Amino acid sequence: MSDGEASGTLRVLVVDDEPGIRAGILRALRNYEILVPDLGLRYRLSCEEADSGEAAIESLGRAGPPDLLLLDYKMPGISGLEVLERMQKDPVDTVTIVITAYASLETAVAATKQGAFDFLAKPFTPDELKSVLYKATRHLIVRREARRLADERRRIRFELLSVVAHELKAPTAAIKNYLRMMQDRVLGDDLSAYDRPIERALVRLDGMRKLISDLLDLTRIESGRKARNLVDLDLREVVRGCVEGARELAQARGIVVAMHGEGPVPFRADAGEVELILNNLLSNAVKYNRDQGRVDVGLEDRGNEVVITVADTGIGMTPEECSRLFGEFVRIKNEKTRMIEGSGLGLSIVRRLAHLYGGEVTVASTPGEGSTFTVSLPRTPVPGGGPG
Amino acid sequence: MTGKTVLLVDDDGDFLEAMAARLRADGFRVITAEGQVRGHEVIESGEPFDLAVLDLMMEYTDSGFVLGREVRRRRPGVPVILVTGVAAETGIEFDAATVEERRWVPAEAVLPKPVRYEQLRAEVERLLSR
Repeated sequence: MSDGEASGTLRVLVVDDEPGIRAGILRALRNYEILVPDLGLRYRLSCEEADSGEAAIESLGRAGPPDLLLLDYKMPGISGLEVLERMQKDPVDTVTIVITAYASLETAVAATKQGAFDFLAKPFTPDELKSVLYKATRHLIVRREARRLADERRRIRFELLSVVAHELKAPTAAIKNYLRMMQDRVLGDDLSAYDRPIERALVRLDGMRKLISDLLDLTRIESGRKARNLVDLDLREVVRGCVEGARELAQARGIVVAMHGEGPVPFRADAGEVELILNNLLSNAVKYNRDQGRVDVGLEDRGNEVVITVADTGIGMTPEECSRLFGEFVRIKNEKTRMIEGSGLGLSIVRRLAHLYGGEVTVASTPGEGSTFTVSLPRTPVPGGGPG
Repeated sequence: MTGKTVLLVDDDGDFLEAMAARLRADGFRVITAEGQVRGHEVIESGEPFDLAVLDLMMEYTDSGFVLGREVRRRRPGVPVILVTGVAAETGIEFDAATVEERRWVPAEAVLPKPVRYEQLRAEVERLLSR
């Protein structure tokens, strides 16, 4: 990278009342490039000079704040400290190095309070100057990267909130419309005429409730705040419990839920997390199934990992639909799914939980025949997933 | 007014069901289409309608615009009402109040979400009685 294109040019402002010092700095930095090999970055420097605090402030106003500021502490007129104070009023993205002949503790403390990053004690060698500038540049890069990540997080949070707001508004409006229909007796005075609107309003309310509880699950997983209760348990028992729970919902549509394999499968996990994985997969397998269909649940102990499979005989998905499936708020919209409620968060919850165990979730599917979801959880302890 | 046909296009089946029931109770004929693809099919089919109510944001972010232009092209003279939550969600506002705006907004009226039925009926009646 060092012999490739420069990553950019850093503006350096050199402020000192001694012409000799300014000239020395400019000479030392002529043709100097700052290399940050581990980050693959290389910067050219573009230097400007100012012979007083006044000239520095003038330059800041005219050309904007530089990337790096080499600032003499003691100057007649406006001192380096005052320049720093003024810059603090309007916080800028500049890393400041204070040049001082009196490297006393007081100077250091005062300048640091005003936001200086480092010091250069007069007299200094060109190598000392370059070493300080190198450290300052690294600091600048890290600070800018941290800010970029923070902005990115804010943007993602904003997008998530916008989608949530939209997802909650639609059912609210739908329920309100149905209630107004009843209020205005649009279908007459006979209550039974409203069975369908009432049923639909209840379905939409359930959808909202599910969205809210899924969001809470997701937030707990994301924040890592939920205390994880990792214990040695028999995965077979946990899976069996979830399968029993899913049967009630399945029976209403004549769907058979069968569990395969036997014998205990010892595994260290949080039972609640495993249940959340299973319940999301089972609920999908029933929801997107056909009436009189089947759900086959497998649990296999392969020694170094355990593998859970949930196979359905439902509507299935195309490879393109499968590839979009694990995104947040992704619901595969087509003719077959249009009246099925879902938050679009279930599978991203499953995937995040699997990741907590260092595991993976995959899907295989054939349109019109069904889908099989496979969760593999490794036995080897993973950071954050092991005991304690 | 009674006997006129209204095309309703929205990707929320429940919105369609409730609004259609109310319009029918008030004597309109109603064709419902869930989503842009269905809406497109109705417009292309030649099935007659006297006014179209189109949700702006469906599968694609500008479904209502696309369908509005199709109505303009295939059914010249048929008024369009665009229903949109865009203003509330993004702060982008637009209207169809002036000739200038109607040059790029393919609608005679724009209604913000959530839509009250009375509001919708008032706009439908206003545009059909012109």
